[in-house]
Amino acid sequence: MLEIKNLHVSIDNKKILKGINLTIISGELHAIMGRNGSGKSTLSHVIAGKEGYEIEGEILFNGESLLGKSPEERALAGIFMSFQYPVVISGVNNTYFLKAALNAKLKANGQPELDAMDFLSLIKEKIKLVGMDESYLSRNVNDGFSGGEKKQNEILQLLTLEPTFAILDETDSGLDIDALKIIANGVNQYRNSERGILAITHYQRLLDYMKPDVVHAMIDGKIVKTGDMSLAKELEKKGYSWLID
Amino acid sequence: MSKIIEKAIDQEYKYGFVTDIEQDTLPPGLNEDVIRAISEIKNEPEFMLKWRLKSYRQWLKMEEPTWAKVDYPPIDYQAISYYSAPKKKELNSLDEVDPELLDTYTKLGIPLEEQKMLSGVAVDAVFDSVSVATTFKDELEKHGVIFCPFSEAVQSHPELIKKYLGTVVPHTDNYFAALNSAVFTDGSFVYIPKGVRCPMELSTYFRINAAKTGQFERTLIIADEGSYVSYLEGCTAPMRDENQLHAAVVELVAHEDATIKYSTVQNWYPGDPKTGKGGIYNFVTKRGACLEENSKISWTQVETGSAITWKYPSCILKGDNSVGEFYSVALTNNFQQADTGTKMVHLGKNTKSTIISKGISAGKGQQTYRGGVKIMKNADNARNYSQCDSMLIGEQCGAHTFPYIDVRNPSAQMEHEASTSSIGEDQIYYCNQRGISTEDAVSLIVNGFCKEVFKELPMEFAVEAQKLMEVSLEGAVG
Repeated sequence: MLEIKNLHVSIDNKKILKGINLTIISGELHAIMGRNGSGKSTLSHVIAGKEGYEIEGEILFNGESLLGKSPEERALAGIFMSFQYPVVISGVNNTYFLKAALNAKLKANGQPELDAMDFLSLIKEKIKLVGMDESYLSRNVNDGFSGGEKKQNEILQLLTLEPTFAILDETDSGLDIDALKIIANGVNQYRNSERGILAITHYQRLLDYMKPDVVHAMIDGKIVKTGDMSLAKELEKKGYSWLID
Repeated sequence: MSKIIEKAIDQEYKYGFVTDIEQDTLPPGLNEDVIRAISEIKNEPEFMLKWRLKSYRQWLKMEEPTWAKVDYPPIDYQAISYYSAPKKKELNSLDEVDPELLDTYTKLGIPLEEQKMLSGVAVDAVFDSVSVATTFKDELEKHGVIFCPFSEAVQSHPELIKKYLGTVVPHTDNYFAALNSAVFTDGSFVYIPKGVRCPMELSTYFRINAAKTGQFERTLIIADEGSYVSYLEGCTAPMRDENQLHAAVVELVAHEDATIKYSTVQNWYPGDPKTGKGGIYNFVTKRGACLEENSKISWTQVETGSAITWKYPSCILKGDNSVGEFYSVALTNNFQQADTGTKMVHLGKNTKSTIISKGISAGKGQQTYRGGVKIMKNADNARNYSQCDSMLIGEQCGAHTFPYIDVRNPSAQMEHEASTSSIGEDQIYYCNQRGISTEDAVSLIVNGFCKEVFKELPMEFAVEAQKLMEVSLEGAVG
C-alpha cells in the first residue's frame, strides 16, 4: 500500500534522507529504529506532507503519488500520523476537534456526517479502548495534557478516524510501562489485514507488545539493515555502532 | 506562514447587492432648513425640532475627534444627504411591502414571513431610514410592551420620548452623537412596563441602501422596574463604492431590578478587500444607564464589518448593586480598522462590571481595544474584571490595547488580564493531518477563541455569529 522509492530529502540544502526504499503492504507493521537525528521523524513528516522539504524520489500510496498533495488530501486518502509532539490547540474542545476531523473524512468519502449525539456515543466507546477518562473529551485539544495523555489522545484519534495507514512517530517516547501497554493495546486493536502501520521508535519496548512484521535500522538517512523482531532485539542489545562500517 | 496567509486573505462580500427601490431623498447638505425638513417629514412635535436644532448648533461648535487609532480621509458633511426613505410608507402587513424589498431580505437570509411564523422573533425592519414592516406587535401589546419605529413612538408616546431622549447620551456628548441628535431619521423604540418579562427576543435588522446617504439611527430602550428584555441587532449592507457614514446612537435605561441584554452582530460592507475602498464608517455611541438598585445591562457584540469602527458600548452603574457587562468579538481583516471597547463607570455601591474582549486581526487589519473603568468616590466595594485577548493571523496586521483605569475609592477590586496569541503553522498542520482543511482549522481555532463571548449570545444569534466569522475569515489563511 505504501511504496517509497529512492527518496532523498533535504532541508535548507542539508541532506536528511539519502535514498530510502521501503514497501509496506496491507496488514503489515513495519518498525523503523534509529538514533536521534537519523532522519526517522523527517520520513514521517514527508509522508504526511509537511511543507518545507526539498524532495526527490517517489512516494506512492495505493499506486498514486503522494508528492504534490496537501497534508489534508493525504489525510483524507487514509494516512494518519500520530505526532511525536502533539500540538496544543487552546480553546478548541477535544470532542469538537475529533468530530470535525471525522466529519471531514466522512464528507470526503461521500458518507453522511455524524451529528453531535451519534458522535458522542461513538467517542464514548472509543475512549474506553485507550483507557482515558471521559473528562478528556470536554478538555481542549492537548491543553494541559501530560506527555502520556497526549499520546493516548493520538491513539484515540487513530481509533476514531480509522485510517488505512498509520505512522506512529515515537509514540512510545516518554511513556511509562503502563501507558506503553495501553498504547500498544490501542494500536493492536487498530491493526487488521486491510491496514498498514509504520512505527518509528528508539526502543524495542513498544515492539515487544506490537510484534512488527519487519524491522528496519536507519542510520544517517539510510535504511542500513532490514530484518524481523530479532533485529530489534539485537539493536537494543548492541546499539547501532556495529552497523556502521 | 505569511505566504499561506496572504494566499487566502481574499473574500468577497457575500451580501453585495443593491435593491432598486424608489427613494425620497433630500439633496446633499446640512443646515437648519434640512433639519426642519426632516422634522416636518416626520411630522414631529415642536419639542423634537427644538432638540434637533439645539443639537445641530452644538455640533457646529464641536470638532471631529481624532484620538481613535483609525485613519480615514476627511468626511465632507455637506456632501451627504440626510434623509432618504422608501416611497411607500405606513404598511399594515407584509403584503403591502414592496416585493423587491422582501426579496432583499430573502437574499440576506432573513425571510420575514418565516421569522414571523417560526422563530418567535419580532422584527422591526429598518430599511434605510424608514421602518417599513413591524411584526408581532399585537403579541407584544398584550404584555404592554411597546416596540416600534422611533418615529412612530414620537407620535404615539411623546411623553416617554420627552422624558428619556438624551438622558443617557446627551446631545452634547460627542461630535457624532450631536450630529445624530440633529439629523437622526429613525430607529427603534422599546418600552417594557413594570414587572414584565418581554415574551420574545426583540430584533431589528438594519440595512443601508441609498447611495451617499448617511444612516443616523436612534434607538431608545427603557426597562421599567423589575422588567427584562433581550434585544438583538444585526446588520449587513450592499456593496458600494462610496464611503457611507453611519453615526448611530443607542440609549438604554434600566430601572430598579430591570435587566437589558443588548446583542449586536454587525456585518456592514468592509470595503474592497484589495484596496480597502468604499467601506462603511461606523461611528456609534452606545450607552446604558443602570439607574437604580439591582439593575443590569449587558452588551454583547460581534463586529466583523465596516471599514472604520469607532464604538464603545458603555454602562453607567448608578444604582447600588447594579451590574454592567461587555462581551465583544471584533474582527478586522484586509484593510479594516477598529477602535472599540467599553467604558464602565461605577457610581453606586457594590456595583460590578465584567469586560471580555476578543480581538482578531488578519490581513492588514488594525485593531485597538480601548477600555475605561472608572470607580467613583462613593462606589464602595465596586468590582471589575477585565480580560482582553488578541489574536493575530498573519504578519501584516496589528493589535493594540489601551486600558484606562481610574479608581477613586480604596475598596475597589480590579482585575485585568490580557493576552496575545497567533494561529501557529504547527496547529494548522496538525489539523490538516487530521483531514481538516486550513479554512476549517482557522474557523475552529477562532471560534474556540471567541466562545466565551458567543455563549452570551442568544442561541440563533450564536449560530449566525459563528457562520459570520467563517465567512469573514474566508481565505485569511491558505
